[in-house]
Amino acid sequence: MKLITASQAGTFESSDVIFLIEPLPENSGRKIELYSTVLHQYGLSFNKIVVDMLDQFEMTDIHLIARDKGALEPTIKARLETAIRRSMINPEASIA
Amino acid sequence: MLYIPGNNPAMIQQGGIYGADSVLLDLEDSVTLSQKDAARILVRNMIKDIDFYETEVCVRINNLGTPFGLSDLEEIVPLQPSAIRYPKTESAEDIVNLLRIIVKIEDRHGLPHNQMTIHAMIETAMGVQNVFEIASRFPRIDAITVGGQDLTADMNIIYTPDGAGIDFARKRIVMAAKASHIDILDTIFPDVNDEEGLRRETEYAKKLGFTGKAVINPRQIDIIHEVFAPTEEEIRKAYRIMKEYKANTAAGIGVFAIDGKMIDAPVVRRAAYVLKLANIEIP
Repeated sequence: MKLITASQAGTFESSDVIFLIEPLPENSGRKIELYSTVLHQYGLSFNKIVVDMLDQFEMTDIHLIARDKGALEPTIKARLETAIRRSMINPEASIA
Repeated sequence: MLYIPGNNPAMIQQGGIYGADSVLLDLEDSVTLSQKDAARILVRNMIKDIDFYETEVCVRINNLGTPFGLSDLEEIVPLQPSAIRYPKTESAEDIVNLLRIIVKIEDRHGLPHNQMTIHAMIETAMGVQNVFEIASRFPRIDAITVGGQDLTADMNIIYTPDGAGIDFARKRIVMAAKASHIDILDTIFPDVNDEEGLRRETEYAKKLGFTGKAVINPRQIDIIHEVFAPTEEEIRKAYRIMKEYKANTAAGIGVFAIDGKMIDAPVVRRAAYVLKLANIEIP
C-alpha cells in the first residue's frame, strides 16, 4: 500500500501519541523517529508495534515521527492506522 | 451511564474503574467533525483490547443522516458491545433503517441478531411525538434515553436548571418506556460543580419513573447511585411485605395489612422491584 500525502493523527495529551507520516521516494526505506516520555521503559515495544503495523500495511517507504505520552497499545495502533488512512487516496477504504 | 468522549484514550482506558453501571463511548457530539475517523478507530481498538471489568460498554454512533453513521456501524457492530445508542431517533422508520443495516453487518460476520441491543435516544420534538411507537415496536430496543441538551435546542428554548422546558417530554417518554416495559434513562446534568442540583434533578427523575441517569463526569456517579439505590428502610419494608405476602398467599388471602396499611398486588410488585434493585432474593 502506498502513502499519497503527509498526514497526522493523535494528540499531545497524556496517554496519547501523535504520529506524523509522509511518503518517501521508492526504495528509500523507513525512517522512524520516536520521542516518548517512557522511551527507556517501553521504547522497544513501541517500536515493534509500529514496525509490525507498517509491515501489515506494506508501508516500505515512509518517514514517521511519533511523539508519545504513554499511549497503550490499542491507542498506538489506532493513531497510526488513522494517520495511514488519512494519507491514502480513499481514507474510508478498509485496510484491516 | 458514564459518557466518555470517543477520541480521548486516557478516559476510555479508565472507563471500567469508576463504578458506573455502564460506559457510553461517544462518537457523536463530543467528537469534532475532523476527528470522527480517529475516534471510530480508537473506540474499536479499545473495545477489543481494554478490560472494562463489570461495566457494560455502549457506543453512541452518529445518526445515519450524517456522513459518519454508516462507517460507525461497520466498525462497531462486529464487536457487539452491549448496546448501540442511536441519537436523534425521530420515528420507527429510523429504527427500521438502522436495524436493516445492523442485521446485514451481523450476517456478514456470522453474528446473532439478539445479542447487542439498541438504545433509542429521543432528543427532538418529533422524536417525543413518536416515542411510543419507537419504544414498543422493536424487541431489540431495551432502553429509551432522553437527550435534554439537543431537545432544548430543537425546541428553540433556553435550558434552565429546573428543566421546565423539557418536563412534558420527560413525562411522555417515561410513559412510553413504561408501557413498553423497557428501561428509561434520564439526560445528563451539565453542571459538574453543582452537586446539590444534580441530586435534586436525579430525585425528580426517580420520582417520574426513570430507571437511571447519564453522567458526564465520574464525580457524578456516587450521587446518582445514592438516589436510585433503595434505602435500608425501603429494603426492610419490602422484605417484610414479600415475607407476609408469601404466608398470606399460602393461606389463600389475597389482600392483607401491615401496620394498618393495605397490601395488595401493586404494593407487592413494587416491593419485589425494590428487592431486585437491592440484589436481594425474594423470601
